[in-house]
Amino acid sequence: MNVLSSQHRLPPLAAGVILLLLLAIGALRFDHFLTPANLSNLPADYAFVTIAAVGATFVILSGGIDLSVGSLVAFTAVLAAHLIAAGWHPLAAAGVCLLIGTTLGAAMGGLIVAFDLPPFMVTLAGMFGLRAAAFLVRDQSVGVSHPFLAALARDGVLRLPGGFEAPPRSTLMLAVLLAGWALAARTRFGRGVYALGGHERSARMMGVPIGFTKVRVYALAGACSTLAGIVLMFDTRSGNPAAGAGLELAVIASVVVGGTLLSGGVGSVLGTLIGVLILGAIRMLIDFEGTLSAAWTSIATGVLLLTFVALQRALIVWAGWRAQAAAASGTWTRRVEV
Amino acid sequence: MTSRDPSPRPRPLPAPVWPALGILTLIVFNALSDTLAPSGPGLLGPGAFLHVAVVDGAPAGALIDILHYGGAIAILALGMAPVIATRGVDLSVGAVMAIAAAAAARLSIAGTPGVPALAGALAVAGACGLWNGVLVVTLRLQPFVATLVLMVAGRGLAQMLTGGQILTFHDPLLEYLDQGRPGWLPMPMPFLLGAALLVLTCLATRRAPLGLLIESVGSNPEAARLSGVRAGPLVVGCYVWCAACAGLAGLIAGAGIKAADPFNTGRNAELAAIFAVVVGGTSLLGGRFSLAGAFVGGMLMQGLTTTMYARDIRSDVAPLPQALLILTICAAGAPRARALARRLAGRPRGTA
Repeated sequence: MNVLSSQHRLPPLAAGVILLLLLAIGALRFDHFLTPANLSNLPADYAFVTIAAVGATFVILSGGIDLSVGSLVAFTAVLAAHLIAAGWHPLAAAGVCLLIGTTLGAAMGGLIVAFDLPPFMVTLAGMFGLRAAAFLVRDQSVGVSHPFLAALARDGVLRLPGGFEAPPRSTLMLAVLLAGWALAARTRFGRGVYALGGHERSARMMGVPIGFTKVRVYALAGACSTLAGIVLMFDTRSGNPAAGAGLELAVIASVVVGGTLLSGGVGSVLGTLIGVLILGAIRMLIDFEGTLSAAWTSIATGVLLLTFVALQRALIVWAGWRAQAAAASGTWTRRVEV
Repeated sequence: MTSRDPSPRPRPLPAPVWPALGILTLIVFNALSDTLAPSGPGLLGPGAFLHVAVVDGAPAGALIDILHYGGAIAILALGMAPVIATRGVDLSVGAVMAIAAAAAARLSIAGTPGVPALAGALAVAGACGLWNGVLVVTLRLQPFVATLVLMVAGRGLAQMLTGGQILTFHDPLLEYLDQGRPGWLPMPMPFLLGAALLVLTCLATRRAPLGLLIESVGSNPEAARLSGVRAGPLVVGCYVWCAACAGLAGLIAGAGIKAADPFNTGRNAELAAIFAVVVGGTSLLGGRFSLAGAFVGGMLMQGLTTTMYARDIRSDVAPLPQALLILTICAAGAPRARALARRLAGRPRGTA
């Protein structure tokens, strides 16, 4: 048992150390890195990634995968911008988009369950199809301006002690994180998701409604991606059909770095935040450096994901060795007794 | 219909039949649309889609276009089919196409002659495949995650190779890969390359035990291991082969525009390649593959794209109907859907 728990505690711990190291490197190299304003930007700029990653955490916990995150973000952002440009109130547009996004997620989950299709296949089709759908809504970036958005950006900022600021998207991100944590750790649905990812057949025997839980997981992921798209649109005041390219990798990396096993069943929603913050810190370092091209961000994301997958793999192998050694010594003593 | 008759189940049709029927349907659809509702760019009116002109001694037209651009997709699909047969998938083929084209452009600009530049670019692509294969085999990473890393980060690598811009190059051999029309058979070079590759891979996998070994790893890894099949090198080999095919397709794509475009070369290629393989009768669950089916599937994929262009649908919107179609085909081919169809047809379930 001890082996198991340390195996699951180590990755988030390593992630925390890496985050502190990255911040330390930034502080040593650049004067204005560890200022309250800059540190407030870190969660704010990555609020939409965190919100999308909360949904993806549930999908990965359940043993599935969602590759359509980036495209769904782009589709809903451009759809919301299109509606606002057509005269809708931003909140009405956001509500309609949330409904559509949740439905799309549920539809993908429904396909996975009804036809027993591999999740990556269905969400890969979603990834290409929704990107095309985003271009169908508008083939170029749509700018939006609305008194409500201006008021939100002006009056919605929480001023915290120490010069830190929390714009509305940071507050929303925190709310989504807490809601996600409560849903995963404190509800019947959450326990079903963990059971499903741990061992699907056992979960079925325990009475977890497998199909219904899966559909709800993908619907939740769709809702989170949509919310992320709306946050991105409110933040940049535009809906870009090309937005969110490669976001699926960033989101999966965040979830895995945060301690969730890629094979499902183990992990936490709050850990995902550490993963996102690490990606954000890396991006910030690359931006501060100035001479590095943006291509480095995607490469760093990939390397980070692989490092943590290798770490998880090593821990699993190590736990296996320990178990084997324990079993071997067990048989030996029994033989001696006989 | 005597439903209780214990007659043997009818022999399934050969894998390439379904995509071939799909291509025929598309051609009929286009011919009818040209006649009934002429629209879109280029030649209008009845017979526009079917028209094959002879330009400089080589045939040209929409049908030849399908063979031309379908050739590259067929090559991708020939690489993807063995990977899917091992229960894997390679999402990085589009990025590998961009990397190979960028490598060829760099080598060509540095003054490397055609053959070494070609070999160098294919070696770079093969190295990408080796990376994917090692991640899948040694880290036991799910294939779609392992190759997703290269799918996203590979675009970054290609951008670094070209310095973040579109590199133009001129090399007679590389350009021949796309524009070549051999005198003895004036057909588009990508189609001929694809056909040659089809014959070669069929010989290698069906005349030798290689194909059987690949399928054994995909259908029952444990049984294959107990029979003494060394799955590791075999699976890595499949990924290297897939990436090398993607490299060749990337060189063809680069030769077509005489440039390496790290942003757009191989866009949507992953979906096209997987679609071509699946529609060609290869199961996503692994264990069996059809190369001829994948080849014809590639042609069908291009037939769809050409149809959309002929019907004036924008290229950035084109993946939407394609994605819907691939979902429909996957769902229709799923065991659960087949069981449902059997029940609806009133036939008894197989006594397994």
